[in-house]
Amino acid sequence: MMQTLSLAPWLVAIPMAGALVLLVAGRRTDRWGHWLGVLASAATFVVGLVMLLDMLGTPADQRVGTRTVGTWIDSGPLHVDLGFQVDPLSMTFVMLVTFVGTLIHVYSVAYMDHDVDRRRFFGYLNLFVAAMLLLVLADSYLLLFVGWEGVGLASFLLIGFWDGKRANAVAGKKAFVMNRVGDMGLVVAMMLMLATFGAVDFGTVLPAAGEGATAAGQGTMTAIGLMLLLAACGKSAQLPLQAWLGDAMAGPTPVSALIHAATMVTAGVYLLVRSGPLLEAAPDAQLVIAIVGALTLLFGAVVGCAKDDIKKALAASTMSQIGYMMLAAGLGPVGYAFAIFHLLTHGFFKAGLFLGAGSVMHAMDDDVNMRRFGGLARLLPVTAITMGLGWLAILGVPPFSGFWSKDKIIEAAFVGEGWRPWVFGLTALLGAGITAYYMSRLFFMTFAGRRRWSDGGPGDDGAPVRHPHESPRLMTWPMIVLAVGSVALGGILAAGDRFVTWLEPVTGHAEHAEPVLPVWLLITLTLVLVVLGALLAFRQYAVAAVPVEPPPAPAVVRAARVDLHQDDVNEALVMLPGQYLTRSLVYTDRAAVDGGWLGLAGGIGRLGTRLRRLQNGYVRSYAATMLGGLGVVGIVVWALAS
Amino acid sequence: MEITNYLGLAAILFAIGATTVLLRRNAIVVFMGVELMLNATNLAFVTFARIHGDVTGQVLAFFVMVVAAAEVVVGLAIIITIFRSRRSASVDDVNLLQS
Repeated sequence: MMQTLSLAPWLVAIPMAGALVLLVAGRRTDRWGHWLGVLASAATFVVGLVMLLDMLGTPADQRVGTRTVGTWIDSGPLHVDLGFQVDPLSMTFVMLVTFVGTLIHVYSVAYMDHDVDRRRFFGYLNLFVAAMLLLVLADSYLLLFVGWEGVGLASFLLIGFWDGKRANAVAGKKAFVMNRVGDMGLVVAMMLMLATFGAVDFGTVLPAAGEGATAAGQGTMTAIGLMLLLAACGKSAQLPLQAWLGDAMAGPTPVSALIHAATMVTAGVYLLVRSGPLLEAAPDAQLVIAIVGALTLLFGAVVGCAKDDIKKALAASTMSQIGYMMLAAGLGPVGYAFAIFHLLTHGFFKAGLFLGAGSVMHAMDDDVNMRRFGGLARLLPVTAITMGLGWLAILGVPPFSGFWSKDKIIEAAFVGEGWRPWVFGLTALLGAGITAYYMSRLFFMTFAGRRRWSDGGPGDDGAPVRHPHESPRLMTWPMIVLAVGSVALGGILAAGDRFVTWLEPVTGHAEHAEPVLPVWLLITLTLVLVVLGALLAFRQYAVAAVPVEPPPAPAVVRAARVDLHQDDVNEALVMLPGQYLTRSLVYTDRAAVDGGWLGLAGGIGRLGTRLRRLQNGYVRSYAATMLGGLGVVGIVVWALAS
Repeated sequence: MEITNYLGLAAILFAIGATTVLLRRNAIVVFMGVELMLNATNLAFVTFARIHGDVTGQVLAFFVMVVAAAEVVVGLAIIITIFRSRRSASVDDVNLLQS
């Protein structure tokens, strides 16, 4: 048993305390608030590191533990503890979130330097770190859900951080609403678990999953799996709930790096890997997960090829890379470890790429249009080198990080029987080639070629005037650290299957299976496709001149420029029918319900008006009425008597 | 002489009184109609008391007389008050209590 298990609650408490101080104390903390935020995040990292070292010193079979703080809910058959699950999987996330999180906190100190609301920004960032750690450390689905909603809230607050602009506020709302759709999936999944297993904590549900399939029937297990997938789709921007991620780039760039690239959007993958035993009891749901992952990886890749907005291109890339992770998670035990491995390396190189994009925007007066970049490598050397390393990592060029993780997923996708290895494997392979093309396009458009901006000198008519300069050290150092991670992390963890062995207490031991094609052939094919994609992008965007306006293009490119019409599809399929439904409901309510009661009241009112005429003030007519009544009484009595 | 003839007389008197109340406009005459109806009722009470050999009907007739005396006092007072204020004894002029 680990000795430092009791530290687990502090991982959540420290950043939460930081957030509380920053948000409650308000303007009084403006002068030093950002450093408090950095301190809270760094302290959490140190606590996490102590626990990690302790765990590394513990034998592998004793690395899984729970720290129960107390009873949270005790209501009849439902008993939920407030407990923290500490095992290699959650510790992996703790390290990723706190390490990358702390770097991004440091970066934000400089990036948000001129923002009057910097202190509030750091409050939200700390809130996010606390919620994310609660999500990964929770020992029950219900407590996980609290963190799940917490990161959703932090994401909403940070996307709309500059809510003075309407578009930003709308983007935040869009992300929030689409996430709610996914959250319903998690809620329904919990209800099904409660009905099937009578509990929602990992310790009860996951070991019982196999028996649950026989007791409750295959259909229930498939339903739980699909509902968990729905939740994961919402949080991880997978089809069909992917539309919010591109708009989420409205938030400050450090937010895009931390929340919408490295950590929060990967929570869906965490959920699925954590629920592994449940999914293995539902093979149909697993197949759907793999299909969703494969579709999204192609979708994101295609969109990424056409975007001119540097952040939206990176967002599409994130979507695509998470597609890889979902695909791996859908492959079963053979893929879980690689899904998390890719998640980890992706967290590093994609965060680095986003921070680089932020640095470029910093230099270019917050312009995001890559068609107005070009030739920045000499002016922003640190940014160019760190982004270049991240670029090589995401391409999967050996020996950079991405090679070790992505190639393993491609190999795992080729494992199996029948049509599946061919479809999933070839999709993953094709995705690697497209990834190489769009990431190289992004890199060359930004740093290579001729400059498409003006330095104010003569001969640059019409181009916007920019004065690019390298970012301050507070921004470049986090980028350098992340770039080092992008270079080395994959190789270090992949050596001797170190990472896969590390995760085994959680994901279980997967028998090594041979892909349908030899491994050396797969690696060669992947590298050939990657080089082809990169060369194509080099020819188009580094050698040839890049037009400053998007050139006329075939229909598929035009569609990709508008995210393959995802918003139109959502509007046509969901929003408009929803609006019609609500409008018809409002109409029915007005016409039938309100109309009925108002009509009844009006009828009684009119009847009263009629009856009022009888009250004419003439005594003799009252007397006649009484006499008439007497006559009626007489007739009734006579009729009853006879 | 048949005792039921008294009942017939009572009915005729009541009808005359009711007709007076319904048709005449002078408040004093209407009042007299009401008195006539009351006395027709008294006659019916007394007749039934006689038929059944039960004094309850006669007792009730006394009650009606006492109440009628009181009613006459109040009623005439109201009529006179109205006459003083409106210079009219017509019941149709007193129709303010209408919708």
